[in-house]
Amino acid sequence: MTDRLPDVADPAAGAPPAAELRGITKRFGPVVAVDGVDLVLERGTVHAVVGENGAGKSTLMSVLYGLHRPDAGTVLRAGREVRLRSPLDAIAAGLGMVHQHFRLFGSLSVAENVVYRAEPGRRGIFDRRAAEQRVAELSDRIGLDVDPTARVDTLPLGVRQRVEILKALHREAEVLILDEPTAVLTPGEVDSLIAVVRTLAAQGTTVALVTHKVQEVLAATDRVTVLRDGAVTARLTTARTTAGEIVEAMIGRGLQPAVNPRGTVSSDPVLEVRDLRMAAAPGAARVRDVSITVRAGQVIGVAGVSGNGQREVVEAVLGLRPVQSGSVRLHGRDLAGLGVRERRALGIAYVPEDRPGMGSAATLSVADNLALGHHRSPPLAGRGRLSPRAVRSQATELVRRLGVRTAGVSAPLGSLSGGNAQKVVLARELHHEAPLLVVEQPTQGVDVGAGEEIHRLLLDHRARGGAVLLVSYEISELRALADRVLVMLDGAVTADLDAADATEEVLGAAMASARSAPRPEEGA
Amino acid sequence: MDVVNLAFVAAVLGSSAPVLYAALGGALCGRAGLFNMALEGQLLWGAFSAVTVSWWTGSAWAGVVAAVVTTTVFSGVLALGAVTWRADPIIVAVGMNLLALGLTGFLLRELLDATGTFAPAGLPGLPDLDLLDGVPVLGALLGGQTLLVPLALLLAVAASLWVNRTSVGLRLRGVGEHPEAATSLGVVVPRYQRATVLLAGALCGLGGAQLSLGDVTAFTENMTSGRGWVAVAAVMLAANRPLLVLGACLLFGAAEAWGFRLQGLGMPQQLTDAAPYLVTLVVLVASRLRVRRRLDEADPVAAVSAAHPEAVVHPEETR
Repeated sequence: MTDRLPDVADPAAGAPPAAELRGITKRFGPVVAVDGVDLVLERGTVHAVVGENGAGKSTLMSVLYGLHRPDAGTVLRAGREVRLRSPLDAIAAGLGMVHQHFRLFGSLSVAENVVYRAEPGRRGIFDRRAAEQRVAELSDRIGLDVDPTARVDTLPLGVRQRVEILKALHREAEVLILDEPTAVLTPGEVDSLIAVVRTLAAQGTTVALVTHKVQEVLAATDRVTVLRDGAVTARLTTARTTAGEIVEAMIGRGLQPAVNPRGTVSSDPVLEVRDLRMAAAPGAARVRDVSITVRAGQVIGVAGVSGNGQREVVEAVLGLRPVQSGSVRLHGRDLAGLGVRERRALGIAYVPEDRPGMGSAATLSVADNLALGHHRSPPLAGRGRLSPRAVRSQATELVRRLGVRTAGVSAPLGSLSGGNAQKVVLARELHHEAPLLVVEQPTQGVDVGAGEEIHRLLLDHRARGGAVLLVSYEISELRALADRVLVMLDGAVTADLDAADATEEVLGAAMASARSAPRPEEGA
Repeated sequence: MDVVNLAFVAAVLGSSAPVLYAALGGALCGRAGLFNMALEGQLLWGAFSAVTVSWWTGSAWAGVVAAVVTTTVFSGVLALGAVTWRADPIIVAVGMNLLALGLTGFLLRELLDATGTFAPAGLPGLPDLDLLDGVPVLGALLGGQTLLVPLALLLAVAASLWVNRTSVGLRLRGVGEHPEAATSLGVVVPRYQRATVLLAGALCGLGGAQLSLGDVTAFTENMTSGRGWVAVAAVMLAANRPLLVLGACLLFGAAEAWGFRLQGLGMPQQLTDAAPYLVTLVVLVASRLRVRRRLDEADPVAAVSAAHPEAVVHPEETR
């Protein structure tokens, strides 16, 4: 913990800042999520809190909103120390938070949602008209167009977010925390949210904007605090900084050089994605004319800040999400109309980013997890019957070969560490030597040692002639594994580089801005 | 207005009242996000305790009070089991329904020394309303009914006003809709759930008393014979809205009354007895289809979550 004051000059000298975090440290078990962070939110400013996934920005804001109690450090509100035991304390202290996952009552009206548990009325009678008037008043004040009588579940996500903002304003919030507010918005909605945020600041509300999208930082904020690995790496004034400077502080420097001996790349394309287009949907980014070719013995990396269409492309390859136009071919065969199971049978293996939700079943045993997806065919099953003995012996063999540390193959997967659980998923997907392996964030939530082993497994797979499509937000990982690196921004491929040329400066520029990026070339 | 038609409506009101009490209780629980499937058992218990205390004290109203009190206590099993101890409410309810059936049969023998049916001469029943005698329509409608019949109708309206027009009602609706959101705004969800479960117990007590001291003056083993289940269907059909619950209960009552008429016309009894349940099925399916179609047009994700409520998808929560 330090008493170091932020190095940003204080314009409103005299008045205490609207909110201040001093020396906040928060640990989850052995993991230090936030490490001695200072943050000053000046009254009436919009303050960006940026960083990559896992940099600690959400944890920090949860401390400010009373969701987590810090292990060390203090929270000050208008110059006075406050103890926040729960969000209710935070609300009482004039703080408001709009979560990434909205907390709204779908079947209730906008007005009912806004005034819930702070209802106007006398003697327990709920004054609906007063509530609707209040909502109209509040939305007028910040230039929002919201129908107070509309049922919330009929509204698009952008409008629901406004309802959350109105909820905080109804409770007289003076400091408003927006956690990744644009993750669920369409580009048009993003613009109007930025306008609302600016209006709020002009009226004296202090806004903390949590994001990892650099354009929004530049468009909406006054100050920027960049976090990496739980610590502050930069405090900037938006007007005097550049996208490159922010990205550099987010992703860091001093990366080890790529240790990536090139294997023999055959000329046969395994995966060909041509002119893929997908429309934006709630929670899904758009994809614009993406073409990717992955050949046997090649790792193609896809870089970019998350939420720029990488996941959607992967889901299109797997058959998890419908496409508007374009084609996906495996060994020249068009996969249109085929479901996930058929595509996997044709030779696509998949290690999803969402390991606990999508990649594995935490309550099932290690052995069962290793059998998933292969449980219909020999040697694990025959004539509709699963052979527990075959499942166990396969598991024992894979656990030994990959060095998975587990109490036994019948231990539940949830009892394994993140790295070992990921090895189980990877073992399952690699075991059948599918020609194409699609991997997202293979070392996310994995300790360094296991991460290196996972990298080695992927490179071994490539050396055996496997084709790998790798999505990662970590530049060091892409440099270590990929032969070529594509950069995606807002659904389009903005750069296609040889791994040797993919320095953090070039990638950072391509990830931050379409204008400064090299022209997309023909697919590798 | 035709006297025959008024008599028909009066019959519908009378046979709907016990179901309506139970269904109102179930609807309030549903609003609080707790599926109360123990209505059948609670009705049966209410009917039994009403008759027992009425026989012991010689006062039908004492029986009603006893039914309300003891059924509220009985519903504490659900409040404690499903809310406080977080057991599956359906399993707790199944236990309560079976317990009520066995316990009332057992106590019928032990306390009242009867098997099958207890209907001694001199068992005090609830008096018919005579207040409205001579009033044109109302007199004919409610003349032969007990006070508990109009009370059920009033309570349906009151419940609707309570849910929709009071602050506590608004909070209750929020509790059932999205408990985490309600909690994040400072509402103590289990408190609301316990209170509504107990309230539903009291309502089932009234419904049971109407059944055994109003409709008839007797207690028969398993005398509810599925009325609590019809109430559960009414709750689901009405999507927990009290006024629609009233409508659904009247519809079932009408189906039952029509069944008797068809029987008079020579239809076999087994077929006419099935009428209320047939109506339930038809209306449930029809309403489901309508919801599906509306959601299909609006939002595919919502359509999925409507068809599979257990797999509710929150698009903003998928990363």
